[in-house]
Amino acid sequence: MSIRDRMSGNEAIATAMRQINPDVFAMFPITPSTEIPQYFAKYVADGKVDTEFICVESEHSSMSACIGAEAAGCRAITATSSAGLSYMNETLFVAASARLPIVLAVACRALTGPININHDYSDSMAERDSGFIQIYAENNQEAYDNYLQAHRIAETADVRLPVMICEDGFITSHALENIELESDEDVKAFVGEYNPENYLLKEENPLAVGPYGVSGYYMEARVAQAEAMKNAKKAILAVAEDFEKTFGRKYGFFEEYKMEDAEEAIVIMGSSAGTAKAAVDELRAEGKKVGLIKVRVFRPFPGEELAEALKNVKAVAVLDKSEGFSANGGPLFAETASACINLETRPKMIDIVYGLGGRDFTVAHTKRIFAHLEKIAETGETGPVYIHLGQRDAREEVL
Amino acid sequence: MNIMEIRWHGRGGQGAKTASLLLADAAFMAGKYVQSFPEYGPERSGAPITAYNRISDERCTIHSNIYEPDYVVVVDETLLESVDVTAGLKPDGAIVINSSQSPADLKPLLGGYQGGVYTVDAGELSRKHLGNYFPNTPMLAAIVAISECVEPKTFMQDMEEAYSHKFADKPQVIKGNLACLEETMQRVREQMEG
Repeated sequence: MSIRDRMSGNEAIATAMRQINPDVFAMFPITPSTEIPQYFAKYVADGKVDTEFICVESEHSSMSACIGAEAAGCRAITATSSAGLSYMNETLFVAASARLPIVLAVACRALTGPININHDYSDSMAERDSGFIQIYAENNQEAYDNYLQAHRIAETADVRLPVMICEDGFITSHALENIELESDEDVKAFVGEYNPENYLLKEENPLAVGPYGVSGYYMEARVAQAEAMKNAKKAILAVAEDFEKTFGRKYGFFEEYKMEDAEEAIVIMGSSAGTAKAAVDELRAEGKKVGLIKVRVFRPFPGEELAEALKNVKAVAVLDKSEGFSANGGPLFAETASACINLETRPKMIDIVYGLGGRDFTVAHTKRIFAHLEKIAETGETGPVYIHLGQRDAREEVL
Repeated sequence: MNIMEIRWHGRGGQGAKTASLLLADAAFMAGKYVQSFPEYGPERSGAPITAYNRISDERCTIHSNIYEPDYVVVVDETLLESVDVTAGLKPDGAIVINSSQSPADLKPLLGGYQGGVYTVDAGELSRKHLGNYFPNTPMLAAIVAISECVEPKTFMQDMEEAYSHKFADKPQVIKGNLACLEETMQRVREQMEG
């Protein structure tokens, strides 16, 4: 039986952490940290968890402490945001390649410069090649639910990879909304105990961590890691299935919203997907055949499944909330377009970079996009493929 | 879906964000779906800040800012000179301002807004009932009375329960807060009728 409550995304994630009661939480307590460790510090002080709570001097160190703890066989977690995630960069690759199932909560925010504290995916997208699994949330409920699923995915025997649970900075992290929480007992039963098959000093099955990989062996380790990321797809679906059976809320790699007969569609992530759904509803009421796909799992990228979902659509706009500076579109576009490349019939596709540094994204924006897609579907002409939307100067706007 | 949208204007450190959280709590307790979120600009005390509420009977998936609010609450009247507080405000909606002046005095500062204009002297009311300048409590009562986003009687019952829980060790505070809510709502109703 779910518990009706209301809280911010940060409190929702902190609540999930409390219910799971991990062995170690290593954190850097200063900006750009999130409120998550602040909530968790209170749980520690109130005796609600018996987690070893370690305050360190930087995010590089918080992830390093998690690596040490996981290597010793503990369940270790941390949380960060923005420049803090960037400062972890080196250690993220260490955690993933050492196959340590750490869970990291990220309130996704812009990177400098100009200096900005607001939401976009500059921070998490910059870490897309780190080897972390990345799961994104539309709202506080999904952030909570994703977190409850994270440890099991990470700890799956043929996966053993760290997971990044991403929520939208401020829009989700600081906004209070209704939420259905699960009881502590049900969460503990769902997540289960962590019994790693091997760790550093496990006498019967010790683990070597951080060895040197000469050219004759390095590649095998990387291939094994790549296989683990492929295996994560099965694990994500299996855990989601059990989650639905247990708690009744359904998750997959992505959510298809009114896609059955859609001729125009957008591919989008996070809180903006909720805003765009309202536009889809309005346009459907006018008889337009429009739909959207909200990508939940970005790593591993569900390319085949996404291509299958898009193959009958005439025109697609992929919405990127980070500027990859590739001169060829953002990261979600690159992945989506390459996923569709071998389809026999594939949609016309454009990339729209939007919402940078907290620039607001509205229902009206979404309708402009669909109007543009309708023209593309009619004419078969994409026009400019890589566009920025929502700039101050309307003369700069393609749509 | 019918969504009530409310925009708060205040200055950093004055509690407009907290007030919007309190309103969300009140609506949540009355069984509604709620959103309360601030818009963060430069983080400094005294800078103008905006906070928002959405209140509905089903979960609202829209996560943009609010551009055409049903109601606006101004916690600091000095903002009237620098911020276009009635921007997008629906003509059949209303604005309530924390001020010791009358609505008629402030109308010239509202860019010709034709909807309801109300004022609440939150300083006086909170000093009288709470012994200090806590403008959030009266402003919360004012927006509930004006918008009826929560049925006023339910609101008072829920707030009594919430205060009893929050101030379990300071029962004298409970009475003051409830009296403050009650008198504010009464004064606002008089303005609405008058």
